Amino acid sequence: MKRKTYIGELFALLLGLVWIAPFYLMIVNAFKSKKEIFTDVLGLPQEVQTSNFVEAFIDLDFVRSLTNSIIVSVVSIAIIVFFSSMAGYALARNKSKLSSIILLIFVGAMLIPFQSVMIPLVSLFGKVDMLNQAGLIFMYLGFGSSLSIFLYHGSMTGISKSLDEAAIIDGANKFQTFRHIIFPLLKPISMTVGILNVIWIWNDYLLPSLVLNENNATIPLKMFYFFGQYTKQWHLALAGLTIAIIPVIIGYFIAQKQILAGVSEGAVK
Amino acid sequence: MRNRDLSFWLFLSPVLLALALVVIVPLLYGTFYSFTDWDGLRATRFIGFENYSRLIHDTAFLNSLWFTIKFSVVTVILLNFFGLSLALIVTRKLKSANLLRTVFFMPNLIGGLILGFIWQFIFISVFSDIGEALGIAGLQGWLSTTTTGFWGLVILTVWQMAGYIMIIYIAYLQNIPNELIEAAKIDGANSFQRFKNITFPLVAPAFTVSMFLTLSTSFKMYDQNLSLTNGGPFESTQMVAMEIVKTAFSSNEMAYGQAKAVVFFLIVAIISLTQVYYNKKREVDM
Repeated sequence: MKRKTYIGELFALLLGLVWIAPFYLMIVNAFKSKKEIFTDVLGLPQEVQTSNFVEAFIDLDFVRSLTNSIIVSVVSIAIIVFFSSMAGYALARNKSKLSSIILLIFVGAMLIPFQSVMIPLVSLFGKVDMLNQAGLIFMYLGFGSSLSIFLYHGSMTGISKSLDEAAIIDGANKFQTFRHIIFPLLKPISMTVGILNVIWIWNDYLLPSLVLNENNATIPLKMFYFFGQYTKQWHLALAGLTIAIIPVIIGYFIAQKQILAGVSEGAVK
Repeated sequence: MRNRDLSFWLFLSPVLLALALVVIVPLLYGTFYSFTDWDGLRATRFIGFENYSRLIHDTAFLNSLWFTIKFSVVTVILLNFFGLSLALIVTRKLKSANLLRTVFFMPNLIGGLILGFIWQFIFISVFSDIGEALGIAGLQGWLSTTTTGFWGLVILTVWQMAGYIMIIYIAYLQNIPNELIEAAKIDGANSFQRFKNITFPLVAPAFTVSMFLTLSTSFKMYDQNLSLTNGGPFESTQMVAMEIVKTAFSSNEMAYGQAKAVVFFLIVAIISLTQVYYNKKREVDM
């Protein structure tokens, strides 16, 4: 019995190693010279080439693309959380038929693939000169609100209506009631909504590629241009990929528990 | 809040406006223009179903559709197999269970575009080196043929998403009461029987969730396709999403691209609705 557990443990660890092998290969080869990648792709670098990273960092214009990614993600998440929680609250507190129809429209919109609206979307936003960062953030609100409202609506059922009534009696208006009583109670689901949306928005490529110009390119967009310049120069390409991944890995280590819990909650509902 | 309350509409207006301008209006506007000769700026005449009758004979579109279907079927099966297997591994009493959960989930947090580039390196450089060292000819020239491009995309997608599906299965596995498993043990059921008769039926609802997710994600895939194979060789690994993007933004055939997009929407909607309906029905029957 004891031996069986050891074999199980060993097998699981081996599988784990296979799973992270792509990252290992990316990192070790990012430190090699072009020639060394060609002669030995699996081993550790003989001579560590940090210059790959310096060159990739400059060519990626990393400080700027990181800033752009942070601006788009943070602002989008903030408005998605704020406006979706308001909507989820309003829909949950209104028991009319109209209210359920509106919720159904939001849920139904999740079935519409992005590619089936992107052509007219880009054309319409182009006409009003909104193919820029602000336009992109507004689009993220449109695409991200459905799932978020659905999640907020679901968790509103756990919040008693007597809380609203008490606040109204104390003289608070509807918005104050929401802002000071309800919104703080929704914090756990706001965490989930934030995590689910940030994973998607941070990594999104297609929409920014249609909306943003090179000056406010986010990391995935910049990575695409960068990679195009360095085909056959794996040492630089891999160093660039490693740099691009670092912010995500840092975020994962900081908020690992919340991320796994958030994804689990979002997927199961 | 009641329908005639101003606050109800004020609370809803930002998201309603965003959904309308970003999803609903473009969908209606696009559907209308798919029946015209729209070039992105103006439409001069109404051409009925011309764009649609053209796409039934468009081999590039049909090939990409067929490729996408094959890809989705294979990925959905493998993803659910790996997702459930990984979940069964990390829910056993292993010392490394938490670490493994972290590792298996990690690829999900990184964008498909970046992961596709990493795997391009692995399939091209690492595979050919290993193939050379071990004398396996099958590891040479990956991504240069349709078959290796197909399996390359499958491997990338399964590796990226299995951890996500694992999380879904874990949630359901943890809901199985331990007493049930213990009782079956006492009754003399072996581990395979316990899995087949207790675990499997009780995680069945997880199929609804994960099949819906994997099917729609693999059907709509674009980033991984772009960075791993870019549709090559000769557009033979091009999926529908990429075909639509190219028709619209490289060939500038906006109305025609939109007609493809409308067909794509109908297919995705039908698959999703059928699947949700079928799975709900099966859950009740059990």
